[in-house]
Amino acid sequence: MAEPVLAVSGLVKSFGALRATDTVDLDLRPGEIHALIGPNGAGKSTLINQIAGALRPDAGTIRFAGEDITQLGVAERARRGLGRTFQVSSLAPEFSALRNVMLAVQAVSGSSFRFFRPVMGDARLTGPAMAALERVGLAERARIPAAELSHGERRQLEIAIALALGSKAFLLDEPMAGMGPEGSKRLTGFLDGLRAEAPILLVEHDMNAVFALADRITVLVYGKVIASGSVEQIRRDPAVRKAYLGEGA
Amino acid sequence: MRGRETIIGIALMALLLVVPAVASQAGEPFYVTLATRIAILALAATGLNIALGLGGLVSFGHAAFFGVGGYVAGILAAHAMSMEPILLGIPGTKQMLVIWLVALAAGGLLALAIGAISLRTTGVYFIMITLAFAQMVYYFAVSWPAYGGEDGLPILLRNQFPGVNTLKPLPFFLICYVLLAAGLAFFALLRGSRFGAALQASRQNDTRLAAVGIAPYRVRLAAFVISGAITALAGALFADLNRFVSPSMLSWQMSGELIVLIILGGVGRLSGPVVGAIVYVVLEYVLGGITERWQLFLGLVLLVVVLFARGGLIGLVAGRARHG
Repeated sequence: MAEPVLAVSGLVKSFGALRATDTVDLDLRPGEIHALIGPNGAGKSTLINQIAGALRPDAGTIRFAGEDITQLGVAERARRGLGRTFQVSSLAPEFSALRNVMLAVQAVSGSSFRFFRPVMGDARLTGPAMAALERVGLAERARIPAAELSHGERRQLEIAIALALGSKAFLLDEPMAGMGPEGSKRLTGFLDGLRAEAPILLVEHDMNAVFALADRITVLVYGKVIASGSVEQIRRDPAVRKAYLGEGA
Repeated sequence: MRGRETIIGIALMALLLVVPAVASQAGEPFYVTLATRIAILALAATGLNIALGLGGLVSFGHAAFFGVGGYVAGILAAHAMSMEPILLGIPGTKQMLVIWLVALAAGGLLALAIGAISLRTTGVYFIMITLAFAQMVYYFAVSWPAYGGEDGLPILLRNQFPGVNTLKPLPFFLICYVLLAAGLAFFALLRGSRFGAALQASRQNDTRLAAVGIAPYRVRLAAFVISGAITALAGALFADLNRFVSPSMLSWQMSGELIVLIILGGVGRLSGPVVGAIVYVVLEYVLGGITERWQLFLGLVLLVVVLFARGGLIGLVAGRARHG
């Protein structure tokens, strides 16, 4: 079996008496889409936030690309190739779609401590940024401020930014949330191809998308992993049916 | 819309150049002094505009940098006059070029120290902690008798610039004007650069900035240092204009004045500080001639701008700012 790109082991995070993450083990192997599902309040976002570095775990380790990154901050992890999207789109609202992506290009293509050369005429920034926008189908909206983009377009823009980071792994937190059926379908097709580039840890409520895409599924309930396995195993797992999919699913 | 802002900016800068030139010809040096005051305050506010306008860092302590620049000019000049070394045999100087470099360095270093701590906080806490640091510097100056303490420190003769008679109002104005133009050019370049992009993104959404791998703290700290250095340079000029430096340059009213200038003109706009400084100084002169309570009217103007023109006066005439 290939060495996992991302490996979480024994992760614990408590908020007061609430154990939001309860000794979670999870890994992400090259070329796969690993879906993380669970009912609301299961601790999915808390887990993603710990992997991305926005929250510090109380215990456990996170290894990424062969290194222990448990103590690193968000920016440092992103520089190492951990590209995330947010459950609620998080963009620079005044900047155009293009400038939002350019920020990612500038972050990976060297220092941000350059004070004079204008960015807008710099093809080393605009070129890769446009390419990323084209891949998600947002090229025509490149000059529109992020705040004026539709909800679905903002979701696409988040993915374009993660692409431009040249990520070695993607953490996608509900990328389909609030998208119409047409948008979801297109995005499903896109993510299907994306896994060959870098593995994806996918948090998603859209079960059609999850079952269509996932190589493996991990089910989280009250901060604990109650099941993990292939799509078929999860579909058949009685504990999952009871806790999450509901009887008769 | 940036096109119209550029035209207005150039027109105002031309006006700021022509008025003192004509006034000087007409034998009205007072108006030259007024224009010099505008140029210096606009430069100080341009420094603050980097932190506040681009970075969204509402520093209520920029008087500390302004005043430190002023004291650099005053102290160096005082030692040059008395021929006593400052310490370790370092002599004073009357050369503006040297004074400016020292002011830039002193302002930058102080901003590094204040920023390194203050930038760990945000929002109201940041405002309060920058105010607290500036007040510390203020009380230090008040209680330090060596350089005049509460009474301040006079600069008997304005400092010198090679080939220019700085004692005459118009040449000194031109020096300040050129430095303001340089400051504005620097601001424009910085805003369009990679650093400017990161800084503006940190204001809009620092979570996003971190998620692409740029740590917001370092970007903000660098911006704060640059900002403090430029405001200190303006402070050195201000001391030379008044031929006097006192703790009032370090007071919280001064910090507030700089913020007011920017809000009046337009936060984060290139010509915002120029518009703000012109309006502020002209109001101070015109209304100040009519009533002692001119600041009441300034308050009203500010209220109207904040309520009806969130982009400042420049936003009112040139429209909202757009980012490519």
